[in-house]
Amino acid sequence: MYRSGLPLLTKVLSFMAVAASIAMEERSVQARMASPSRFGDKAFEWLTLAMALAVVVLIILIGWQLWIGSSVAIKKFGFHFLLTSTWDPVAEQFGALPFIYGTLVSSLIALLIAVPLSIATAAYLTELAPLWIRQPLVSLIEMLAAIPSVILGLWGIFVMIPWLRDYPFPFLKRFLGWTPFFSGPIYGPCMFAGGIIIAVMILPIITSVSREILRSVPDLQREAAYALGATRWEATRIAVLSYAKKGLFGAVILGLGRALGETMAVTMVIGNTPQIAASLFKPGYTLASVIANEFTEATTDIYLQALFEIGLVLFGITILVNLLAQLLLRTIATTSATRAVQ
Amino acid sequence: MDNLVMATPEQSVTERVERIAQPTPSIEPAPPLTFAVKNLSIWYGEKRAIDNVTLDVASNAVTAIIGPSGCGKSTFLRALNRMHELVPKTRMEGTVLLHGEDLYSRSVDPAIVRRRVGMVFQKSNPFPTMTIGENVIVGLRLNGVRNQKFLNERLEKSLRMAALWDEVKDDLHKPGTSLSGGQQQRLCIARALAVEPEVILMDEPCSALDPIATAKIEELIYELKARYTIVTVTHNMQQAGRISDYTAFFYLGRLIEFGPTTKIFTNPSERQTEDYITGRFG
Repeated sequence: MYRSGLPLLTKVLSFMAVAASIAMEERSVQARMASPSRFGDKAFEWLTLAMALAVVVLIILIGWQLWIGSSVAIKKFGFHFLLTSTWDPVAEQFGALPFIYGTLVSSLIALLIAVPLSIATAAYLTELAPLWIRQPLVSLIEMLAAIPSVILGLWGIFVMIPWLRDYPFPFLKRFLGWTPFFSGPIYGPCMFAGGIIIAVMILPIITSVSREILRSVPDLQREAAYALGATRWEATRIAVLSYAKKGLFGAVILGLGRALGETMAVTMVIGNTPQIAASLFKPGYTLASVIANEFTEATTDIYLQALFEIGLVLFGITILVNLLAQLLLRTIATTSATRAVQ
Repeated sequence: MDNLVMATPEQSVTERVERIAQPTPSIEPAPPLTFAVKNLSIWYGEKRAIDNVTLDVASNAVTAIIGPSGCGKSTFLRALNRMHELVPKTRMEGTVLLHGEDLYSRSVDPAIVRRRVGMVFQKSNPFPTMTIGENVIVGLRLNGVRNQKFLNERLEKSLRMAALWDEVKDDLHKPGTSLSGGQQQRLCIARALAVEPEVILMDEPCSALDPIATAKIEELIYELKARYTIVTVTHNMQQAGRISDYTAFFYLGRLIEFGPTTKIFTNPSERQTEDYITGRFG
């Protein structure tokens, strides 16, 4: 696959020479026809390989740039950067832990909310909804994905947060206030609100990917379940969802990737306070938000370097989460039944 | 298992004897009936797939449905357990009685119908996320059976009836899709048998199998006949000749001819049947 061009060129030339030399014979037509098509195949192979490599190169370049941009900070703070929680640009003290915490927790909340909603929506759209309602619903969900994130953020500030503060939050506090997660004063902008807004943002992608996956489940599987007297819910459970398990997991990971990097809307509702608090009613801060908020204010070199390192950490977390997900997927694939290729 | 299969209400047999005597006067004495289909028509949207079919299915016998592609044989089969309703925009007219009960009466739940009338498909379709054992008992689990001892007994019994037990008894924990094509099809038969249906419908059960696997399934059908009523769709006329007691020939959604297999194959009364059987079309 990685053969250099020169031997191939000689090969093509010799091939053409052979073709010319036997031009009088019967096989000459086939031989002459074979050479250009082979060249076309090779060209196609190289082209696609180049495209595929471009993606890899791009990822490596981004990582490299982030590394260069933060090299001084990395040298200065070392692992301390990841493990401390003081973020004081004036004193030139930089610790990324609250941001890492905020990113992970807000994404986790988002997944907890968005995954059941998305998969249920996808199941409704593929298994239960009357035909006439399907396309309009799909279009609506896709429209949700098209809303600019700053608009969602404004909606979050002016509509969602006041409503959350008045109704669901006091309710949660009353019944679950004894747990550390729902205790303490309710400010409004908080980790929970951030998680919810991310959930809204990743809902469309998880839903549409899940829908495609559920649609690809062979009808034969559904029929197998229905023929045993399964109800619609039972058929969806045993034939559709369990068949699609692996693909649905992939859809969730795709959503998680979005959630980790989500910036604008989260910044507007999460409260932007670098702290680690058990209560979800307290403000938090995410890696992406702090970069967006403080990049223009970063007047000193080391401040800028620290923000670059935050970017590097976010980059690393995203890659790590994806790798872990792939590992997990592989274990699921080997422990559960392998799908037969018939 | 036996008591369910034998549950044909005896008192109404005479009634059915009269009914079956009309379309096929040559059958004598008329055997007990499982299905009585009367004036059945089915539409997919605007397209009429089944056109006014009246047909009776004898108990403990194999009824084969033959005909060229698109003749409605599969739709007819699916109408017997209401599987055709899974396709949106279907409409039906007429009646289908299973042991005298109207399957399409408003009070009947299609899920219950399908528990009584099992089905095996053209391509084997075990659930890939379940083991061989789980595949067999999944229907019972759906019915809420939790007793492990009962499930184990039924598992073995169903696999034995499907002539698969000896081949898989040590591999029950392996995925159902790890079996060969023919074994998978027998696994699907075992899965259908486990819920103790009254009838088994087979939609070209051998069309994706090699000749050896086909022979095994055919043998199995022959054995199952003692306990079950079987209706099978087949593309393969030799197969219909080998395994069935009665044959129905469908063409363009209509029932052209129906009678004992020997008669259909040796002395058909309709010209179209003869043309099809002798391979002149289809």
